[in-house]
Amino acid sequence: MKAKIYITLKRTVLDPQGKAVTNALNSLGFNKVLDTRVGRYIEIELKEKNKQAAEKKVHQMCDQLLSNPVIEEYRFDLD
Amino acid sequence: MEEIKITPQLVKEHGLTEEEYQRILKFLGREPSYTELGLFSVMWSEHCSYKSSRVHLKNLPIRGKRVVQGPGENAGVIDIGDNYAIAFKIESHNHPSQVEPYQGAATGVGGIIRDVFTMGARPIASLNSLRFGDLETDLTKQLLGGIVSGIAGYGNCMGIPTVGGEVCFDPSYAGNCLVNAMCVGLVKSDSIVKAIAKGEGNPIIYVGSTTGRDGIHGASLLASAEFTEESKDKRPNVQVGDPFLEKLLLEACLELIEKDLIVGMQDMGAAGLISSSSEMATRGKSGIRMNLDKVPRREPGMIPYEIMLSESQERMLVCGKKGKEEDIKKIFEKWDLKAEVIGEVTNTGRLEILDQGKIVADVPVHALTEEAPVYNRPYSEPKYIAKISENKLKVTEPKSYNKALLNVLNSPNIGSKKWVYRQYDHQVRTNSTILPEKGDAAVLRIKENGKYIALTTDGNGRYCYLNPRQGAKLAVAEAARNLACVGADALAITNCLNFGNPEKPEIMWQFKEAIEGMSDACKHFDTPVTGGNVSFYNETNGKAIFPTPVIGMLGHSDPKDFKNSDVPFCTEGFKDEGDIIILLGETKEDMGGSEYLYVHKKDWKAAPPSLDLDKELNLHNLLRESIRKGLLKSAHDCSDGGLAVALAESCLTGNQGADIQLPANKLSLAVHLFSETQSRAVVTVKYDEVEALGALAKKHNTPCTVLGKVQSHDLSISLKERGTAGRQGNVISLTLEDMQKAFNTAINL
Repeated sequence: MKAKIYITLKRTVLDPQGKAVTNALNSLGFNKVLDTRVGRYIEIELKEKNKQAAEKKVHQMCDQLLSNPVIEEYRFDLD
Repeated sequence: MEEIKITPQLVKEHGLTEEEYQRILKFLGREPSYTELGLFSVMWSEHCSYKSSRVHLKNLPIRGKRVVQGPGENAGVIDIGDNYAIAFKIESHNHPSQVEPYQGAATGVGGIIRDVFTMGARPIASLNSLRFGDLETDLTKQLLGGIVSGIAGYGNCMGIPTVGGEVCFDPSYAGNCLVNAMCVGLVKSDSIVKAIAKGEGNPIIYVGSTTGRDGIHGASLLASAEFTEESKDKRPNVQVGDPFLEKLLLEACLELIEKDLIVGMQDMGAAGLISSSSEMATRGKSGIRMNLDKVPRREPGMIPYEIMLSESQERMLVCGKKGKEEDIKKIFEKWDLKAEVIGEVTNTGRLEILDQGKIVADVPVHALTEEAPVYNRPYSEPKYIAKISENKLKVTEPKSYNKALLNVLNSPNIGSKKWVYRQYDHQVRTNSTILPEKGDAAVLRIKENGKYIALTTDGNGRYCYLNPRQGAKLAVAEAARNLACVGADALAITNCLNFGNPEKPEIMWQFKEAIEGMSDACKHFDTPVTGGNVSFYNETNGKAIFPTPVIGMLGHSDPKDFKNSDVPFCTEGFKDEGDIIILLGETKEDMGGSEYLYVHKKDWKAAPPSLDLDKELNLHNLLRESIRKGLLKSAHDCSDGGLAVALAESCLTGNQGADIQLPANKLSLAVHLFSETQSRAVVTVKYDEVEALGALAKKHNTPCTVLGKVQSHDLSISLKERGTAGRQGNVISLTLEDMQKAFNTAINL
């Protein structure tokens, strides 16, 4: 089973990188960019066949290592 | 939006007591709105109001002939001549750093930098005083790693050198690390800016980053309550910093001041918009009317309560001069920053806040600030203190003195902090004259007037735990001694007072005692307190940290006073073979709280080292005079770890060895080598200048003992004759490599 994990900064948290990208896009002439949020994308291959068990594992991975729960949030798809 | 009803439960959740709530009702003559409740809650929190500490803090000396600005502003300012002054301050960011090490430490550095440049000063150096739990634990490693890279990340990006500081470890800090950040800036004496709002009709301008929901109640909840396991759920209270934005803010603010467009400004730090606006109005004896519709926001749907309390970083509140609004905006535009006029100064003495045309808060300014509650909390001596003063330590001799010295050198409290400071840029701006671990204090050149300043931070939690009054005195003495060892005059201090829960009488007693001790020492060394910060509630699950007052001291050297004006300072490393090594001061039995006992897991809980303030000052005057006369080739404070450690450090820094013949005295050998008696320094002179130094020492009434000479490669310590130590001949023989290995691997993640 493969987990596709998307991690972004929480909405309430300042995203300096996103801000820099917004500015850069606008200065390249894409004038309509209002805001950008930059995050990470992670793919993990799991041995686990049971979807429920896999979900639980990925949650644990995200909470303990992959994301920083203080400032980030995540979501993931399994297939 | 529907108005939220004020219930006793809600009041309690805001950390306000019933009496405090009654006080609010009296000030307003009615029930507060939800927004107003929030304003009082943060402004009356311990962090903003100093309600438990104020009665004691007023005992500290704050006057001096060089003091341009004492406590009460964003930073203290000290005159250094030629129309230049130094702005400096230290502040804690303990709780945020424990919750989110990287961002907590980074925003701590960012906050103190803003405090300095809002005074109109250009930041020129940072220092940090850090305390952690036992280095062996995973949590400490994780915290240390995150905090150090957070400090490095912010300071390095801003282009401000991190020139010094301290790092100590003790299990008492395991659940509550300390991150005290100090910033030092240079300002022209005639362009110091104050955090003031006055002049009816002058615009109130919001500048910098957008306002988000981050850090709401950071001041009242995180910084003003103890840690429990539940604190983890309070996580969104931590902010994220953006040093590149702060750099722009710094440049823009300094340009505003240069062009004389503003009346005053203040950083929106703890308690954000509400603390900056109400404090500026208080100082100007004015009022402020603000319209929140104009506040730039990061996210939709924010209510007035959140906008006023947000602690989003990199924001400033500016009181501009009327008619200069466009000029001010233009400067911020140039630096790519948002600037919005959000209100104006009034003469009503009230803070009026409008949102979508409606008044959401209308409170007397003084009620939020000057008339916040003040508590003279009960205090009583903790039970452990009596036990300590009765305790007589038994110091046993080690099997091998070589091994004992290596053990102490390998302690993370003594060993090299290279792992930490190599992550900091400590040379940017090219003024750093004494680099980390090369001297007892950092020394910076002030290119603008050709003078030098010296900086140090000091504090010993162990000593303060054993005797808070004595511990605080020792911290001031150590800081002043460090400055004397580089040849500088001590001018003033800023302090960061880290303590447990002030509602406990034992903690309040520690605080009161520490302040009194600090006050005595500051008066003696003529180093007034120019500001700082109190951090209470440093507890985890009911257990307090060691009381830890940290002293940041500023010193000053004028090359004109030095015989060799090209080198107006002194470093700690031994220089040339054949130089004579001399101990200034006298070694006594002071083993309470010593690193030797601590490292060897022996009982260390006895009275901390004694201190005679007159002797201490004599030593400082002797060090300064002999350095300025060009007599000393090296000088190193002899305290933590004792004489053996001071000798080893001077060997390691200078890449030299030493041949030491210890004179006989009444002390046992372990005490002689590792006692932490104060008012001592290890110095070297050229072989033919021993007498000259001896004469100066006599003049300054300080004992002066020849210990041996600098040799290449090996540290060898022998006993000259059979004393009460009961042995003679060589006791320590170590190569530089042996010592380097122990010293350099003490902190190694």
